[in-house]
Amino acid sequence: MAEENATIEKVESLPSGTKRGPLLLTIRNLVINGLVDDTAVPILRGVDLDVHRGEVIGLIGESGAGKSTLGLAGLGIVNEGCIIVDGSITFDGIDLRNCPESVKRHLRGVRVAYVAQSAAASFNPAHKLIDQVVESSEIHKTEPRKRAVERAVTLFGELALPEPARIGERYPHQVSGGQLQRLMTAMAMNCAPDLIIFDEPTTALDVTTQVEVLGAIRKVVQQFGTAAIYISHDLALVSQMAHRIVVLKDGIKVEEAETRQMLASPEHPYTRTLWAVRSLEKSAAVAARPILDIRHINAAYGHVRVLEDVSFAVPRGHTVAVVGESGSGKSTLARVVCGLLRVQQGEVVFDGTRLPPLRKERTRDILRRIQLVYQSADTSMNPSHTVRKLLSRPLRLYFGLKGSAADQRVNELLDMIEMSGAYIDRYPSELSGGQKQRISIARALAANPDLIVCDEVTSALDQVIQEGILKLLMSLQKELSLSYLFITHDLATVKAIADEVAVMHRGRVVRFGEKNAVLSPPFDDYTQLLMSSVPQMDPDWLDGVIQKRTGDGTHA
Amino acid sequence: MNTPNTTDISSRAKLTLGRRSRFRYALRKAPLNVKLCFAIVAVYLFAAFFANLIAPFGESELVSREPFAPWNDINLLGTDQLGRDVLSRLIYGARNSIGIAIITTSIAFLMGGTLGIIAAFFRGWVDQVVSRLIDVLMAIPGLIFALMLLSVFGTSIQNLILIIAILDSTRVFRLARALAMDVAVSDYVESAQVRGENLLWIITQEILPNILPILVAEFGLRFCFVLLTTSSLSFLGLGVPPPMADWGSMVRENASLVTYGDITPLIPAGAIALITVAVNFIVDWYLQIRGGSNG
Amino acid sequence: MILRNLTMVPPLIRTIISRLLLGVLTLAAVSVIIFSTVSMLPGNFATAILGQSATPETVAAFKSRLGLDQPVATRYFKWVGGILHGDLGESLSSSPGAPRFVADIISSRLRNTFLLASVTALIAVPLSIILGVLCALYRGAAFDRVVNGISLTTISIPEFLVAYILLISVAVRMRWLPTLSNVKDGMDVAEWAYRITLPVLVLTIGIVAHMMRMTRSAIIGVLSSPYIHMAKCKGASQARIILRHALPNAWAPIANVVAVNLAYLVVGVVVVETVFVYPGIGQTMVDAVRTRDLPLVQACALIFASAYILLNLVADIIAISTNPKLLHPR
Repeated sequence: MAEENATIEKVESLPSGTKRGPLLLTIRNLVINGLVDDTAVPILRGVDLDVHRGEVIGLIGESGAGKSTLGLAGLGIVNEGCIIVDGSITFDGIDLRNCPESVKRHLRGVRVAYVAQSAAASFNPAHKLIDQVVESSEIHKTEPRKRAVERAVTLFGELALPEPARIGERYPHQVSGGQLQRLMTAMAMNCAPDLIIFDEPTTALDVTTQVEVLGAIRKVVQQFGTAAIYISHDLALVSQMAHRIVVLKDGIKVEEAETRQMLASPEHPYTRTLWAVRSLEKSAAVAARPILDIRHINAAYGHVRVLEDVSFAVPRGHTVAVVGESGSGKSTLARVVCGLLRVQQGEVVFDGTRLPPLRKERTRDILRRIQLVYQSADTSMNPSHTVRKLLSRPLRLYFGLKGSAADQRVNELLDMIEMSGAYIDRYPSELSGGQKQRISIARALAANPDLIVCDEVTSALDQVIQEGILKLLMSLQKELSLSYLFITHDLATVKAIADEVAVMHRGRVVRFGEKNAVLSPPFDDYTQLLMSSVPQMDPDWLDGVIQKRTGDGTHA
Repeated sequence: MNTPNTTDISSRAKLTLGRRSRFRYALRKAPLNVKLCFAIVAVYLFAAFFANLIAPFGESELVSREPFAPWNDINLLGTDQLGRDVLSRLIYGARNSIGIAIITTSIAFLMGGTLGIIAAFFRGWVDQVVSRLIDVLMAIPGLIFALMLLSVFGTSIQNLILIIAILDSTRVFRLARALAMDVAVSDYVESAQVRGENLLWIITQEILPNILPILVAEFGLRFCFVLLTTSSLSFLGLGVPPPMADWGSMVRENASLVTYGDITPLIPAGAIALITVAVNFIVDWYLQIRGGSNG
Repeated sequence: MILRNLTMVPPLIRTIISRLLLGVLTLAAVSVIIFSTVSMLPGNFATAILGQSATPETVAAFKSRLGLDQPVATRYFKWVGGILHGDLGESLSSSPGAPRFVADIISSRLRNTFLLASVTALIAVPLSIILGVLCALYRGAAFDRVVNGISLTTISIPEFLVAYILLISVAVRMRWLPTLSNVKDGMDVAEWAYRITLPVLVLTIGIVAHMMRMTRSAIIGVLSSPYIHMAKCKGASQARIILRHALPNAWAPIANVVAVNLAYLVVGVVVVETVFVYPGIGQTMVDAVRTRDLPLVQACALIFASAYILLNLVADIIAISTNPKLLHPR
């Protein structure tokens, strides 16, 4: 995809050591504890971090690794319920741990700025965008409002926002999520700070929007020579932005290296797990007759048409991945298959017979043979049921198993998902994220199904755990000849698990076929856009995409 | 699976405990004032159950010719306007006042809770009809509505209980509906539906256990509210009819002593205050210890 | 500026109008309920009121006086029509030849209650909002915990206990204030203020506890929003965060809190007026209930309910008109 980008030079990518500016932010042995039920839980356990002027540091790690806490420490802020136990934070010679609050306040917004993950929630709904963008300069009286507004308008232009002169007059709910994220970057840049902390700024966006925002952010950061800490859980993303990458795990820095070096030769075993899913790839399956055949279905929520003439088949023992962005209709498709939403037209044929449209009209045996696994195991398992109750209920319902027979089967199921009987009396809240998802897979298996509909089952999980779940699903498929309808937005996951792929866009299947055929050119426009929007583990990927899009103007 | 190593020893200890023992564990760790509140509630319940054994005199027994006798060795808290023993009536009052409040609150929860869950689960027109009706009922202030109904139906214990229960059930309905609504649209209820579970299972096994803790806390709060309302009505002379001993009525019966600076009428009022304060503090604590977990 | 606002007005106006209509509808529904509860009178009601000795003739006369001999719908519309003209009917306490009209009984008492409630509200609303904001700012600190403990205790105590404690200590023992608040028409302002101090105090204590607790949680809700965190990251001072970022978004919840508690005040006056023998509508209603003077009870209930509905309506309209999504539609 991005092979031809070798020609493009990345202006700011520096060989190690050379041209690095003077030290701006120095964090030494930082220890921060959080309080949970009156007991201290370590969040950061002695982290060192240096940021030089004009340098972009990527901060990467899984959820709970402490990366946001470390980022905020650069502003001298600790979240409520957290305390700094040890260490020092020095910004340009100022001791942020011990200096008075007023000193820190005068740094914030002017010399250190912050860009939050959820732009929609981080803008005050009661004020105009422009007032919020220039607020820092107003608070700290850095320049007259008129100048600040002019500067903001220039920044809006740089960030490719529509109508730069007028967009500031709007209110936050009047612009889109991608625009808000760029506006927030403008807000951070407005006082020309020395350092900006980006806390997962594109995580809430769709991949195709993400590319534009990433490009805009990087352009202005480079242009102004601002130093930045870019926090993300996605290594591919970070490697587009950062000169140097720091890997955090459980509050400890496990590795730090120049971007290219880290991608080329990661040292710590943990770092290598960060691209775990990308290393998986399923080999082609043999042809088979369809277990599920979706024929020309249309569906709608109220008057909003969500699915339009969708057709494809799931061969027995295969995995069909349905890929698309939010709003593409892929989850609606899962609901139709499970009988949760009535189709307006078309039919779903399961194992040779036409499925009644709604679950109430389906026999218990049909319900048993099609199982659904949800994205979030947290919400799909009743928090007041134990693992025993969760797993034995389908056994009782479908097979009339109870007592020791049910217990025995529950233990077998736990073995299948590589967990043990020790977990049988736990509540979901007492399991880790990966374990929960395994239990919800076991609950589907308890029904001895033919088809499992997997709705984004790995997207809420960290990379290594995703890999484990995907491997489990594949080995179960082999063992029990299961068929999967796998809904996802992540192309790496598609590559890892699918036999066939359906690409959905605005309620239509724009491309369907065998995986390698779908994922190889020639592409249709949308698949092209989608494929090129997925960040690659290549620091030059973003340059290539932007170059290409501005070059031939393909992007919508 | 590599779980992030964030659990420390005490929360690990909690993990291995069942729910009930976890509550006991929390109770042991509860601050002193909460323990005191539990003790107060226990004393009240004891007095309510064994009123006839511990009260020195009968509930409406005339023990003195002297109305409003001052505190003395025989009648520790003196006598009331008819010459009945105030202490004995106070103890019987525990049985009557708390009993009435508990019965009323239970009826309110049974009606409001059931309707709320049903409305939340079925949604559509069932919910619309019931909710709008409740809206209108709630547009009239509770005490005022109660006064009006009492004037129509007359004051008796049954009327009092039923009227307050019906009015209070509107608040329970709102809460139960809101809570159940959250749960009813959750993935695990949908998942149970996809599995082919029937309505009874979904309501009793999927929805109820998850809203129960908050309903329990609300029961405590509503109990206090009902006790205060019935006492206020009795105080106004429209609640529990004589000669039954009831704290609110006792305040009213002895109210004239207040103008002489005698604090006897404050004692039954204090009895009401003490138990409502205790229950409120327990509920506050209970909500706090549950704060972090699900629900 | 004005031009732009004009173009943006419609959705706001639309929402407010629909809310007003809903208010009118609610009021109509409430009037039906109040009216029909009286129509649900148990059959032996007349005998219960007139006593066992009532003859069929007196019962019939009684029923015709209540209008019970006419069809329900006719009676309802007559009743509503009367109310709209300020005619609330005739009290059952009137004797032949000496009619007592509900409107006459109520009017001066309504003013008294209104004054009592207004004075209380004027003191309680600012006080509890300030206390609530302070508690929210220093949540978890000693100040917050102490205020929390006191307010939790206060809301758990029956009003008549607060009233009697104050009565015994301030009025009976110290003789600073009168035990009775029997205000009369034509009393001078100082005397009037002196007499209503105790009832106002009791009402304020009850209502402040509720209102400040709810204000506290409303503000805490707003303060936990990401945009407040963002303001902190921009270096905004605590005062600026509260005034510029939290408050504009807190009007809706605070208006709601105030309305709910003023409505609670409506109920609180009933007990307090009785304790202090204050000639207000609450005491009137209690007396009317005791004597089962139905037309009077109906009128009082309708007045209380209307006040309650009106307060909630005002709160909703404040919430609507401070909602940026309605002020500035897409």
